[in-house]
Amino acid sequence: MKEIKNETMIKIDSIISRYPNKRSALLEILHILQTEWGYIDREGEETVASLLGIHPVDVHEVVTFYTMYARKPVGKYRILICRNLTCTLLGGETLINYLKKKLKIEEGETTSDGKFTLETVECLGACELAPVMQINGEFYGNLTPEKIDKILEDLK
Amino acid sequence: MSLVITSWFGKVSIEEYIKAGGYEAAKKALSMSPDEVIEEVKKSNLRGRGGAGFPTGLKWSFVPKETNKPKYLCVNADEGEPGTFKDRYIMEKAPHLLLEGVIIASWAVGINKAYIYIRGEYSKIALGLERAIEEAYSKGFLGKSIFGTNFDLDVYVHRGAGAYVCGEETALIESLEGKRGNPRIRPPFPATHGLYNCPTVVNNVETISSLPSIIRNGGEWFASLGTEKSGGTKLFAVSGHVKNPGVYELPLGTSLRELIYDYAGGIRGNRRLKAVIPGGSSSPILTAEEINISLDYESLMKAGSMLGSGAVIVMDETTCIAEVLKVITRFYAHESCGQCTPCRQGTPWMAKIAERIASGKGEKGDVDLLIDIANSIMGKTICPLGDAAAMPVLAICNKFRAELEEHIREKKCPIERE
Repeated sequence: MKEIKNETMIKIDSIISRYPNKRSALLEILHILQTEWGYIDREGEETVASLLGIHPVDVHEVVTFYTMYARKPVGKYRILICRNLTCTLLGGETLINYLKKKLKIEEGETTSDGKFTLETVECLGACELAPVMQINGEFYGNLTPEKIDKILEDLK
Repeated sequence: MSLVITSWFGKVSIEEYIKAGGYEAAKKALSMSPDEVIEEVKKSNLRGRGGAGFPTGLKWSFVPKETNKPKYLCVNADEGEPGTFKDRYIMEKAPHLLLEGVIIASWAVGINKAYIYIRGEYSKIALGLERAIEEAYSKGFLGKSIFGTNFDLDVYVHRGAGAYVCGEETALIESLEGKRGNPRIRPPFPATHGLYNCPTVVNNVETISSLPSIIRNGGEWFASLGTEKSGGTKLFAVSGHVKNPGVYELPLGTSLRELIYDYAGGIRGNRRLKAVIPGGSSSPILTAEEINISLDYESLMKAGSMLGSGAVIVMDETTCIAEVLKVITRFYAHESCGQCTPCRQGTPWMAKIAERIASGKGEKGDVDLLIDIANSIMGKTICPLGDAAAMPVLAICNKFRAELEEHIREKKCPIERE
């Protein structure tokens, strides 16, 4: 069983109270614990399952279905860059290749200093800013290689 | 021109919103009977803004009036259809407009608990919504005995975690129940068997946000803004090769040409238009010759496409259609939940063929094979994702066959770029 901080437990209990059925809180609890643990592994899944009184497989199938849950450690900054249509029309693919080269990693990998993880994603819902990426929940749009250099440099 | 939604943009705090007349419509609705509210919405010809375009008042009337089960409202803020970003604008720029709509819908249908299902990637926007909800509670507009009446309403934000299929209403419900987003077989429909098997209304953010102006100005007023069968204005999210991408609110029935050239500023670099996807990536593509079309549900359907979510993706003459096909097919292959064999097997197969055509390794007969696979998915799946994957493929193969065949024959892209 993995440890959960006391203040996190209070948050989790308040999430559970929003629903007539405990299991409904699963997605949000996984978001919260991913922030605390960094990722959700098998042990994490078992911990959440016992918290909600459901089977570990019920948690596992959710963790593996949704793309936002990380099942192994990710970098301090998780870069999600869009590969969908509007971004591709405006040069997104070139930027994905630029990022791979710059960070010397492939999609789904983390830099050796543990700072950046690079993931390509489908439409982020910010097409007016295309080409667009999201880093730890923040949108960065109208990207160019120069802009990417500046953005990554500013992330300490 | 009368604006239903965007005139509220920028009134983010509850004080600003109230100062502009906000929450007056909710108060008015609560002074009407629920049936009167439903009648007004029926009169408005408001149709679901998430993509399917189903009449909202009619959808509500399927919910049983007499039931001993609780009823639920799920606001669909999953906004995953590629090219769509209008609901994000509403939630960022006028969160109380959405909450006021939630109150009106809940009162009309007899609901005391509403969940706003927002896509996980909008986590910052979800925080803003939660702030707005807190403000509304502190004013007594949400919670127990709202506006001093005996009506109780609780509203919660529920974050998704990255899955396009959860925008489908039954998948959204599954996800709200803490499960994989596998769509359910309909019937039974959510109106009778939805969240926790209870009567449930699922409405899109823009649909709900249209309600305050319908109650304020009347259903007939709203109906008069649009066409005969599609009432009101619609938010169009324009992106791609236009000078001014963004969200534009226009009466239904405005021409696509006007939207692209007058509102979105025309094509970047004054290039020639090649094609437009009018309603998100699952809506069949239109060629440059087809843009003198009225943007409403019926006209686009007649033209073999869809108004969908109103996400207009504009492509100029430098666009490689094989590339477009590759990106679209890859997306649906990625998002298929895997429940139905035609979609699970067909979408990656189409993606594989599209990828080889785009990279100059296409084989003779590939276009016909794509059409064959798409036809084998169409109409043969539990949820509309199968059709959503098949329709754009059929339209592209049909309208841009020559260009795809040229890729296959020449083993490279024939489009000249700078």
